[in-house]
Amino acid sequence: MTAAASASTVLSASPVLAVNNAEKRFGAVHALKGVSLEAYRGEVLALLGDNGAGKSTLVKCISGVHGLDGGEILLDGQRTAIHNPAAARGAGIETVYQDLALFDNLTPAQNFYCGRELSFPSWLPRGMRLLRRRAMDREAAAVIDRLKVRLPRFDAPVALMSGGQRQAIAVARATVFARKVVMLDEPTAALGLREARKVLDLIAQLRDEGNAVILITHNMEHVVELADRAVVLRQGRKVGELRPSKANQHELVSLIVGAET
Amino acid sequence: MLVKQRPDAEPAEVRTRPLADGAALGVALKLLGIGPLLILILLVVGISLATPNFLKPVNLGNILAQTAVIAIVAIGQHLVILTRGIDLSVGANLALATVIGGLVYRLADSGPLVMAAMLVAGGLVGAVNGIVYVFGRLPHPFIITLATLSIARGLALELAVGHTTMRGMPIEIAFFGGGSTLGIPNSFFVVFGVAALVLLMARAMVWGRWIYAVGGKPEAAVQMGIPVKWVLVSVYVISGLCAGVGAIVLAGRTEAASPLYGNLLELDTIAAVIIGGASFLGGRGHIGHALVGAVMIGVIRNALNLLNVDVFFQMIAIGAIIVLAVEADVLRNHLEARVRVMQSGRAS
Repeated sequence: MTAAASASTVLSASPVLAVNNAEKRFGAVHALKGVSLEAYRGEVLALLGDNGAGKSTLVKCISGVHGLDGGEILLDGQRTAIHNPAAARGAGIETVYQDLALFDNLTPAQNFYCGRELSFPSWLPRGMRLLRRRAMDREAAAVIDRLKVRLPRFDAPVALMSGGQRQAIAVARATVFARKVVMLDEPTAALGLREARKVLDLIAQLRDEGNAVILITHNMEHVVELADRAVVLRQGRKVGELRPSKANQHELVSLIVGAET
Repeated sequence: MLVKQRPDAEPAEVRTRPLADGAALGVALKLLGIGPLLILILLVVGISLATPNFLKPVNLGNILAQTAVIAIVAIGQHLVILTRGIDLSVGANLALATVIGGLVYRLADSGPLVMAAMLVAGGLVGAVNGIVYVFGRLPHPFIITLATLSIARGLALELAVGHTTMRGMPIEIAFFGGGSTLGIPNSFFVVFGVAALVLLMARAMVWGRWIYAVGGKPEAAVQMGIPVKWVLVSVYVISGLCAGVGAIVLAGRTEAASPLYGNLLELDTIAAVIIGGASFLGGRGHIGHALVGAVMIGVIRNALNLLNVDVFFQMIAIGAIIVLAVEADVLRNHLEARVRVMQSGRAS
């Protein structure tokens, strides 16, 4: 398998996230076959591949939903065991899942802090502490404001909000808590043009704030516009890595579908 | 081409829908929200016009006393339903708790001891429900709580060795179940106390927020790092404890234990939660729904008694109201979807 030109010369800093030889099996299905990748701060890395190529599996392994069967994950050069989603979030890795992982019955602020509620007193077990509701409402409102996300109401459950507004809430939630890596799984797939534009702007902002952004998408225009590097997976293997541009868009597509000649 | 961009369809009817439509949707959703309370008020007004005996203090006291057990157990049931679950074992659990209380009473005439025995018995059955459901990886709590319904009822009959009633309860228990203060049944204060405690836990504590998250979207709750398994176990334990409190009240009112108590109580409590307006789909509802629903059931039964309507018709009436309540839930989801569409139309 001939990999395309690597982009390793550009970035001198060490990667904030490195995955080495990741292996994952689901019964007879070999979903990841020794995949390695690196992500750097202030950079958008596009993770490309056809359906079933292993993109979502890889993201779920990094975010702690699945455990790796082989290989390792390094954060800032340190080997890190990520056994569950809470551990990933604790390590500074935020994920915006394809289904958004939003709670329809909760308000935007409640969604923001779900699973890491501001609470007191700290000597009690987490579940028994009392919620600091006003602080959470205030902080969440400030973030929503800063990111210029417009919501119809701040105290209504997100069930009453449009696809774009919900996506914006999920991305904004990642923005607040990310300290190292943000992964977004097809964040614009279900959106109209204007709403997608908003989300792309949010992603650029995440990058500018110094996060490593890993973006899964099928939209080549978004890849060319935003991504500094692209890693292509096919059938659980990494088949290429290159700097996307208008010029090599076709090369990217052939890597994805395996029609390379 | 595989990766060709879809031509995203812009919402065509952005400005064509009048604003009034949105306002109407909002009003409709609000009405659905307070609907059960409105219906309860209308019921009370209607019934008091139909039969003057209804509003007499003695009768109101009766309603409160009769509703108390349903209300207390429904409070636990509502937590379970919030997590998309169901607890079918509460009635049998309550009966078992009274019998165990009755056995302890024979050994020692101590109010605190008998109460503790009933609470522990209730909590233990709840713990079995929760632990087997979660760690036995059952797809739904229906089966395990159905099993404990059978086991608890059988155990209660076995322990009562053929007696259908075991007479006698310590005076403290009789006080909570049968006594009254300033003309108000003490069981009312028990309901109030349980409600206040559970309300505090569900609304002010992190744990309560987790219950709503687990009910709203279980997969997302896992992704957000919430200890979903323990949250689930906890609601079944609390439902069991509520059955234990219900046992204290019922045993106190009748000054007896019985393995036959609480027959069909699971249906009454589930009906109360749903009639009161909580969603059967999980994640939506609060303690007010359980209480309004319980009172509604009590009021309907009482009124039909006063009006000399036979018992079979009562069952039909309550069944019909459950259908209405579930339809209202479906309608609410439908209206919310409409609101969502309008929002994406307006987003710019």
